[in-house]
Formats: sequence, structure tokens, C-alpha cells
Amino acid sequence: MAPLLEVQGLSLAFGGVQALDNVSLDVEEGSITAVIGPNGAGKTSLFNTISGFYRPQTGRILLEGTDITHRPPPKRAALGLARTFQNIALFRGMTVLDNIKLGQHVHMKTGLLAAGLYLGWAQREEIALREEIEHDVIDFLEIDHIRNAPVAALPYGLQKRVELARALAMKPRLLLLDEPVAGMNREETEDMARFILDVREERGITVLLVEHDMDVVMDISDHVAVLNFGREIGAGSPAAVRDMPAVIEAYLGHADAEADMPGASGAS
Amino acid sequence: MLIGNFKERYEADEAIFRTTRSRVWLGIAVALIVAFPFVGNSYHLYMAGLIGINIIAATGINILTGYTGLISLGHAAFMGVGAYTVAWLSNNVGLPFYICLPLGGLVAAAVGVVVGIPSLRIKGLYLAIATLAAQFILGFVFNEWEPVTGGGRGTSLAAAEIGGIVLDTEFELYWLIVVVMVLALLFARNLFRTRVGRAFIAVRDRDISAEVMGINLLRTKLTAFALSSFYAGLAGGLMAYFFKVVSPEQYTFSVSIFMLAAVVVGGMGTILGGILGAIFMTLIPEILGEITQIFGAGAVAMLSSAREVVFGLLIVGFLVFEPRGLAQIWKRIKRVYEIWPFRT
Ligand SMILES: Nc1ncnc2c1ncn2[C@@H]1O[C@H](COP(=O)(O)OP(=O)(O)OP(=O)(O)O)[C@@H](O)[C@H]1O
Ligand SMILES: [Mg+2]
Repeated sequence: MAPLLEVQGLSLAFGGVQALDNVSLDVEEGSITAVIGPNGAGKTSLFNTISGFYRPQTGRILLEGTDITHRPPPKRAALGLARTFQNIALFRGMTVLDNIKLGQHVHMKTGLLAAGLYLGWAQREEIALREEIEHDVIDFLEIDHIRNAPVAALPYGLQKRVELARALAMKPRLLLLDEPVAGMNREETEDMARFILDVREERGITVLLVEHDMDVVMDISDHVAVLNFGREIGAGSPAAVRDMPAVIEAYLGHADAEADMPGASGAS
Repeated sequence: MLIGNFKERYEADEAIFRTTRSRVWLGIAVALIVAFPFVGNSYHLYMAGLIGINIIAATGINILTGYTGLISLGHAAFMGVGAYTVAWLSNNVGLPFYICLPLGGLVAAAVGVVVGIPSLRIKGLYLAIATLAAQFILGFVFNEWEPVTGGGRGTSLAAAEIGGIVLDTEFELYWLIVVVMVLALLFARNLFRTRVGRAFIAVRDRDISAEVMGINLLRTKLTAFALSSFYAGLAGGLMAYFFKVVSPEQYTFSVSIFMLAAVVVGGMGTILGGILGAIFMTLIPEILGEITQIFGAGAVAMLSSAREVVFGLLIVGFLVFEPRGLAQIWKRIKRVYEIWPFRT
């Protein structure tokens, strides 16, 4: 079976900076795949290219065999691509509930007239949406106590969870998570890791994530790809990647190496 | 976790006037609106008519600027397009008002879409300047396209008429305006609790996320422009029937600023904000005028400029002390009132 996502020879430059340099990556259906690498390695750039915000100079991106390289972001959403952002990008003027409802936007049909008149099926669609979200997202992520809170007032960890909720409401095939546990305390991190596993286990959603917390990466991912200066310097199972000399070097050349790669120093 | 009948619970939760309290307020508002024309004199009804028209127009700019985050400095021009369309259709085709009004709205919407096209590429102040350009270009058209607009003198039109009743007194026009206003407000209120309206707000709050959610930015922005201009066109059309004359100086840049100020003062991005802002902006100059009268005829000339200053200061005061507008103040009052005296 072909991988769910195929990234082939992607290159992306910003002026003189080569953010991505001939990067290739396969994400198998049903897997949790992690992309790691030091700061500025190009991880977020890779995500932005996959979601359609950056146009790569070369290379292709295939989702379920369909070439999406030149499709605008909303089209990719319709094909089942969802994501969260490294710097939370919620709709700050809205409540938690409205943020999550927006996740379902592509699956809904109500047009301008029906919406304004709140005609029968516009109403039915809204009620059905609400039921589905309550059960599949709000209960699932245990955020029922904050559903009517304005997101801007929530603590950071909860905002991250709401962003995941919004992405899940999209019922995606592939979920991109850019640093899902960054800035979280131990407990929040464990919750989030469990949610990511549940998302895959219970819904069969394929996950591609970027994360600096190596404990989480080692614990939950099936496959790890390592970027440095825009180039892929290693890929494989978590255990294999941890012992690769190139990977260790990339991390040792980096100030937070010890904190980032527990166990890596022992292997050198 | 929720217990009980899900369906009923969500239905109630998604309803427009959810709480008993909001239903009571709605009842009071309806009673006031219905009773008003029977107790007010023709000046009161004239002011009420003006307020109703301004509420429709302010709600229109609120849709674009308050909810979608696109600043418009050309709202009055869209109102003018509606007004001239109505006058022209009424004079040259002889269509009744209930056909002219929606057509006026539609023509304004079409012009609004054209003006909105740059909004994909430009944002913020730059977009504001583009709408400013539209204001001046359309103003020029109103002045110069004599065969259609009557040029600088403007054009007059016959009173609206339905089933043999001529709507030419303040009393009759009041009802026409109230009906259109209520429909326009209900439409807007519904819109913003469903998919389409949420997309508008999403574009305002985070356009990057909106795209990831599958929202087409250009389409959403153009829809906002169209709807906002439709409201402006309706308001302009009502103005045409209200004054029975349409002329360029009714739809100048300063009127656009007036509308923008109304939603800023009232509270951007809430339906109540457009309503309160329009009431405030229409009434305060009148009230200040009344006050200057108290000081006698001699003082009127001198105080009329002071009146402008006070009006300006009030607006600035709002921006400084309550950036979220009258709607927010109202919310706070309600909260105090909810707590008092039983709840804690
Ligand atoms: N929009 C942009 N314009 C110019 N340069 C950019 C842009 N986005 C990223 N870059 C550059 O591309 C390189 C890769 O950045 P990217 O954000 O992808 O790194 P990252 O791996 O996500 O790092 P971090 O772990 O700090 O999030 C960096 O040198 C960055 O400065
Ligand atoms: Mg990054």
C-alpha cells in the first residue's frame, strides 16, 4: 500500500536561507511519524509547505496518491489534512465551542441565504454539528468544562488542547502537529501524548508531528525523520535514530543537546 | 459530561434568544417599538425612522468591519448606489418599492463585490484606502452622471405605495423601516451563529487558520463585502423613500465616517453594537442641539461649534474608556443586575 503522505525531493529557499533541501519523507497510513531536528532545521517550513502556505521550488507532495503540491490550503483541508501551529493560532475572539465548530466548516453545506434565514436544514445541520462535536471532540479531549469560555482567557496548555480539538473536528485523514507539548508541564504533556495515541488508536488518524521533547517522541512515534539545516540526515525507528552518529552530532552541535536527547550522549 | 436529552438540550442551547431574561428584553423592545408611533409626535417618528435606517446601515458596515475585520471608508457610497437605483427604477420603470428596495440592495452588493476584489491582496490601512477611492469615484459618478442621477441637484421620486396605501407620513414610513430593520437584524443574528458567519469571524481573527479549516479567503471576503453593501443599499433605498429625494451630499465621505464611528462606539462585532451605535450617533447631536437651545437664541451660533467638539469628545471618550463600545457597557450593566440581589 502506498504511504498516505509522500514528500518527494522538496526544496524551499527564503532568499539565501535554504529552509528545505531536497527533503523526502513517507508517512505510512495509521502511523505516528515524528520530525525532529535543532532549532531552525526547517521543520515548520516543511509543515507549512505540506499545508500549502509555502510554494516549494522543487519537489512534490502527494496525499493518498493525489498531487497536492499546487493546491491552495482550503483544498487540502477538504482532502483530509488538518494541523496545529507551533504558535497557537486559535480564533481569539471566539469561544472554545465556536473554534471547534469551525473545524467542521468543510463538511458543512449551509450557504448564505439558508444561514441568515436559519431555515430548517441550516438549523438541523447546526444541531447535528453540535451533537457530533460534543461527543467526538469535547468529551474525548475532556474540555467540557470550558466549552463556553473565550479561548483568549485560557491557560496555554488548554489552548493547545483546544487547537487539537479544532483539528480533530475536521475529521482529518492526516493530522500535522507542530510541537504539541511545547511549553507544557509534565502532567499536560502526558495527557497530550495519551490523546495523540488515542487519536491514532480510536480513529485511525495518521499523525505527523514535530517535537523537541525527546521523551514524547521516543514514546509515541513509530518512525522518526531528522532534519538539520534543511536536509534529512537520518530516518528510522526511534531507537535506531537515537544511535545514528549524524544525528548525535547534529544535536551535540546544538546548545540544548543534553536536554533534547536523553540517552544520546551515552551512545557516543 | 452531559445528562438528559441531548437533542433538546442542544436545540435550546443553539436557540437565538436563549435565556428567559433575553426573551424578556426582547418582549420589552418589541412593545416599545410597537407602542412608540402611537405616543410619539411626527418629529419623534422622524428621528426614529432615521435611527432605523442608520441601524441597518451600521449593521452592514459591522458585518464587514466588525465581524470580518475589513475596514471600509466607502459605506456611504454603497448606500448611495442603493438610493439612486431605487430612485431610477421607481421613476423609469415604475416598479413598486418592495421590488425596488431589494434590487437597490443587490446593485449595491454587486458594486461592493467589485470594490472588495483587492481585499485578497491588500489588508488593513491599504484596503481602507481602496474603499476610500471607491467612495470618491462613486461620489463623482453621483455628481456627474446626470441622466441617471440628476447630477448635483439630485433626483426626486414618488412615495412608496402598497395596496393603495401611500407611505408618505412619518407614521407609515416608520412601519416600513421597522419591518426592514427587524428582518435585517434577524438575518444578521442568524448568520453569525451558523457556518457562514463563523467563517467571517475566522477570517478576521486568524486568516491562516481559517484557510487551514478549508475557508476560501477571497470568497468569504467578497461575500462579506456583498452582504455589507446589500445592507447599505437597503438603507440607502429606505432613505430615498424617507426623504423622497436622492442627492450626492447625502452620501459623502463624512457619512461613511459616521457609520464607521457608529459601530466603533457601539461595539464592533456584535449585533447590539450596531444598534446602540446607530442610536447614539443619531441622537446625541440632536440632544446636544436641544441643550444649546436652552441657552437662548443668541448662544446657539456660538454653541453649535461647541456641540461638534462635545460630540467628538464623546466618541474619543468611548475609544479610550470602553474600546469594546456601548454593547460592552450594556453587558456589564446586565451582569451587575443579574447578580443583584440574590446571586453571588
Ligand atoms: N517566512 C520565512 N521567511 C524567511 N525565512 C524563513 C521563513 N520561515 C522560516 N525561515 C527560515 O527557515 C529556516 C527554517 O525555519 P523553520 O521555522 O522551518 O525551523 P524549525 O525547524 O521549525 O525551527 P524551530 O525548532 O525553532 O521551530 C530558518 O533559518 C528560518 O529563519
Ligand atoms: Mg518550528
